[in-house]
Amino acid sequence: MELNNSKPKRITWWQKNQIKISPWIFLAPGLIFFFIYVIAPIFVSIGISFYQWDGLSPSIYVGLQNYIELLDDEYFYISLWNNLKWLIFFMLAVPIGLGLAIFLNQIVFGIRLIKSLFFFPFVISQVVIGLIFTWFYQPNYGVIAPFLDLIGLEGFSILANEDTATYGIIFAGLYPQIAYCLILYLTGLNNINSEQIEAGRMDGAKGFHLFWNIVLPQLRHATFLAIVVTVIGALRSFDMVAIMTQGGPYGYSNVLAYYMFEQALSEYGYRMGYGSAIATVLFTIMMFYILFFIYRMYRNEREDNN
Amino acid sequence: MFPTPIHQRPIINQYIYKIFLPISLIIWLIPIFGILMTSIRGLGDITAGNMWGTPSEFLLFSNLYDVFTNTPMIKYTLNSFKVTIPTMLGAVALSCMTGFALARYKFKTNLIIFFIFIAGNFVPFQILMIPVRDLTFKVGLYNTITGLVLFHVAFQTGFCTLFMRNFIKALPQELIEAARMDGASEFKIFWKIILPLTRPAIAALCVLIFTFIWNDYFWATVLIQGDHAMPITAGLKSLNGQWITAYHLLSTGSIVAAIPPVIMFFLMQKHFIAGLTLGATKG
Repeated sequence: MELNNSKPKRITWWQKNQIKISPWIFLAPGLIFFFIYVIAPIFVSIGISFYQWDGLSPSIYVGLQNYIELLDDEYFYISLWNNLKWLIFFMLAVPIGLGLAIFLNQIVFGIRLIKSLFFFPFVISQVVIGLIFTWFYQPNYGVIAPFLDLIGLEGFSILANEDTATYGIIFAGLYPQIAYCLILYLTGLNNINSEQIEAGRMDGAKGFHLFWNIVLPQLRHATFLAIVVTVIGALRSFDMVAIMTQGGPYGYSNVLAYYMFEQALSEYGYRMGYGSAIATVLFTIMMFYILFFIYRMYRNEREDNN
Repeated sequence: MFPTPIHQRPIINQYIYKIFLPISLIIWLIPIFGILMTSIRGLGDITAGNMWGTPSEFLLFSNLYDVFTNTPMIKYTLNSFKVTIPTMLGAVALSCMTGFALARYKFKTNLIIFFIFIAGNFVPFQILMIPVRDLTFKVGLYNTITGLVLFHVAFQTGFCTLFMRNFIKALPQELIEAARMDGASEFKIFWKIILPLTRPAIAALCVLIFTFIWNDYFWATVLIQGDHAMPITAGLKSLNGQWITAYHLLSTGSIVAAIPPVIMFFLMQKHFIAGLTLGATKG
């Protein structure tokens, strides 16, 4: 009996506070890691953007100098403008993915395998996709060379022309991105409420009308995710640019993500402060989308709790 | 079902559909066929300008032999595994815990912490690049696989936490209440009740993280310089610089790089898709 009495006493504090303390024990490793490698660096980067620093010698505080320089930097504007092109044209992945999903949402022999093969490009590294498309675009012996010959553009190099290079890269980037959106929409179509569709059909809704008023609203979740991942993909476009043109010709296919890297880490010099200023601009643009995403999640959370 | 199932359509439409389906698939996969064909070719075809026609010889195996013996490709592939697998395990382990904490406990900062994980996950890499590289330098892990893995684990924890938290939140609360009534400790609840139930989520995250990390190129260039630690994506890029016109070998290398994630995808397709859609799949 005595033993029984002493035992609970020893663990009361823990018993009492277990539920309060445990979440923090579970959170600690992940949160600390995430803080060191993701959250803190954001603020450090913003800080560095007010300095001139080559990464080795002591840094010099220059205030807004880096940002002022950005305002006069022609290549910064080119990159920003290209980012806008990415944002606009990359969005094509969403409707094309939806169209393909509708096309593939059938039950016929072999459809499962066919769908998997359509997802394929998404699984492959962008480095590989970038390489393939670079060969496709090769003047004279690329896959599209015969077509270019047909329209009188013999020997035309898409990636070496300042007007077409960015579009060439975006087109290549669309290939995996369409597959991504396709996956999202096929899942969405799979989850659709068929009773509503049938009811709509009973009421005489057909074709586009049925699609627009009954199907599309039900694909909200898929559309939202598709837009979010496509925007983020567009703003993160680094791999493709690095593989296909390295920002060339003369910076005309550059985007902020690659321009930052070039300024901070490549043979063009180690301008950490200037690079950080570019990264901060990119981060600010991205922050709008992040806040929008979080706001939506927050709304859902509140709906769930009510 | 939308669109109308094809078998409810006139027979002529069914034929048209069945003809168009494989045609569209072939068009879609042209880039993949291109690279497969090129990996079969020999240098002769390439120099003769036969880039896309029928290969004149079947040299896939000799190309593979060349790639593996004349380049550090084996090393690169091994490095990729050494980066990918620990990252996968690390991020999943951390996020099981964070996900559990955020899904099952009420405390003031719960939602804020959750949103910090989500926000961090979407941040552009460039805003992290200089401090992360600097930090990796300072702790002596620049140019090492460990350095790369540590960063990847931390970053992927963001996405994994989002996924895990939502998954665990959807599990029935009664299970936990009942266990608490029985006097089970919180750790026991986590270990014995929650963890076994999260198996599908763990599988989904494993395939996704594997693919993401295997295909990572940016961090591999920022944190790694030498062949000894370079993963296959960065390795391919450096080979691309070395053999400007050895398309046959580059294609073969690309295929080697693509095989592991592709196998992973085909084996675990259901989990992969569940992960990508943040668990929107039914059944």
